[in-house]
Amino acid sequence: MASPHCADNGRGSTAAPRSHGAGLARGLNMQFWIIQSLNSLSLGALLFLLASGFSLIFGLMRLANLTHGAFFMLGAYFGAVALRTFEGINFWIVAIGSGLLVAAFGGLFERLVLRRLNTNPLGQVLVTLGMSLIIADACLILWGGDPIPVPTPSYFQSPTRLFGFVFPTYRLVIVACALAVSLALYLLLERTRIGAMIRAGVDDRQMARAVGIPVSKLFTAVFCLGAGIAGAGGVLGGPVLSAYPGLDADMLPLALIVVILGGVGSLLGAFVGSFIIGFIYTFGAALIPDLAYIILFLPMIAVIAFRPRGLFGRLTT
Amino acid sequence: MKKITIIVLAALLIALPLFAGEFYINLSTQVLIAVVFAMSLNLLVGYGGMTSLGHASYMGLSGYIVAILSTHYGVGNGTATLISIAGTTVCAALFGLLALRATGLSFLMITLAMSQVLWGLAYRLTSVTNGDNGISGITRPLPFGISLESPASYYWFTLIVGAIAFGAMAIFVLSAFGSSLKGVRDQPRRMAALGFNPWLIRWITFIYAGFWAGIAGLLYVYYHKYIHPTSLSITNSAEGLLGVIAGGSGTLGGPVVGAALVSLLKNYASAYIERWNMLLGMIFLLIVLFMPTGIVPGARRLLARIWRTQP
Repeated sequence: MASPHCADNGRGSTAAPRSHGAGLARGLNMQFWIIQSLNSLSLGALLFLLASGFSLIFGLMRLANLTHGAFFMLGAYFGAVALRTFEGINFWIVAIGSGLLVAAFGGLFERLVLRRLNTNPLGQVLVTLGMSLIIADACLILWGGDPIPVPTPSYFQSPTRLFGFVFPTYRLVIVACALAVSLALYLLLERTRIGAMIRAGVDDRQMARAVGIPVSKLFTAVFCLGAGIAGAGGVLGGPVLSAYPGLDADMLPLALIVVILGGVGSLLGAFVGSFIIGFIYTFGAALIPDLAYIILFLPMIAVIAFRPRGLFGRLTT
Repeated sequence: MKKITIIVLAALLIALPLFAGEFYINLSTQVLIAVVFAMSLNLLVGYGGMTSLGHASYMGLSGYIVAILSTHYGVGNGTATLISIAGTTVCAALFGLLALRATGLSFLMITLAMSQVLWGLAYRLTSVTNGDNGISGITRPLPFGISLESPASYYWFTLIVGAIAFGAMAIFVLSAFGSSLKGVRDQPRRMAALGFNPWLIRWITFIYAGFWAGIAGLLYVYYHKYIHPTSLSITNSAEGLLGVIAGGSGTLGGPVVGAALVSLLKNYASAYIERWNMLLGMIFLLIVLFMPTGIVPGARRLLARIWRTQP
């Protein structure tokens, strides 16, 4: 069972402090902190790609979409398979293509199944949970139990040198992608007509319906959007995490914790929450590996205790 | 009529080891354990309106406490059991404090997140939990010097504990407290205005449900003499929830029927196909889409219709 903190391919976080050892120069110690910070940023970026869609779907549809982790995993597998079968295919085409595939799948699922359960939130939860079990098992049948490593795109393989430090380039790319996606989502939500409609739906679904916003179509669109971001995020995360059975179960709780922390339905909440969890988890895993999982609890407990709706949440449901 | 059915059923259950083979005795034991677990979850889901998706936490935790105490520290079974019950109940109280800050789907998400953290801990804290290898080498207790090693004796033991659990939970929901719990489920504001404390009622129920899930976990760990992180997994919580929903939540008999069905299906299905998770997912879809209120209420409605049409 591999973990989402990027250690599994040997390029990652928890391996770093041990391999660098105690006898090395102070500069390397500095390097440790900087590399861990970058790892935190890249995990935070991946979490944002996962949690933003989850949060949007929950915010608009009041639907705790438990298939979301499976969407991420599906994206990772699509990416792994495409990159390994078609030698030399463009990484970005694979990422976007996988995102679109997962989005289409999500849209079908929403239209054909979830749509019938609009008035039954418990039913929606169970069905999304059931679907995640089906996807997980289908992936196991199709691709077996061994992790499939996703190759890092060749043009990102050489490390970047900045200010005298060496950075794994690909992690910078992930962070850049998440920033681009968050900017795009921000512009979509805050600067377009559709965004205004989505925000209205998040704030007050009944009222939005009453003033003639096509909430039903928005549901499908947002579901596709959320699933697509998760799918593309899975491809982006692939070179760090690789595609393996159980990736969905590893990612889903992280998404939940991020969203509980940041507040459901809030893009800013998902953003801030992702990076908080990214930092806490990475440093926890590097410094006290045994307890990293308990440390994940702490920000969640603190926030729930003082602000049950999360840092930036508007909903009380 | 109803009394006779119950007596016949009870006699059948008690006499089962006398005519059934070992395989069926063990199967029935597993069914009973699943039933205790689903009944405890039903207190939350059916009577309290609190859909927890982390109920396996208490089942797994109580099992792990017993396993760790008895294998690592050589604690006797009686003491380990008591510590496990106490520890699980305290854990339920703490989780309840957190999860009950929210209601509805947020409650579900928080319970799920907490149980997944415990699951992750069971996998990663290998120095204590042995990780993916699980903990084996647990021995069954000797209550009053009676050996529980044979399948039949363990079955009877489980049956007794299960009957006590059923009775205790039935008393709980049929009492005045149970009525106030249902009131809080349906009309929390009105109940608060009437002077009830909805939060406290929910919290007590949460702890009580955690306690019985812990008992189910003890039965589970002593039955298998082995514990693995899957006991804490989301699939385990989901199976319990499926049992409750399939049988009919908010009824006393529903979870019994539902959990029995799910665990029978699981045992039979896993004998023929390996894809239990896939099947479980599909059953989820089908039951939610076609039988949203569950089997027991559905069957009751059907029977009522038949009675009415017959002169």
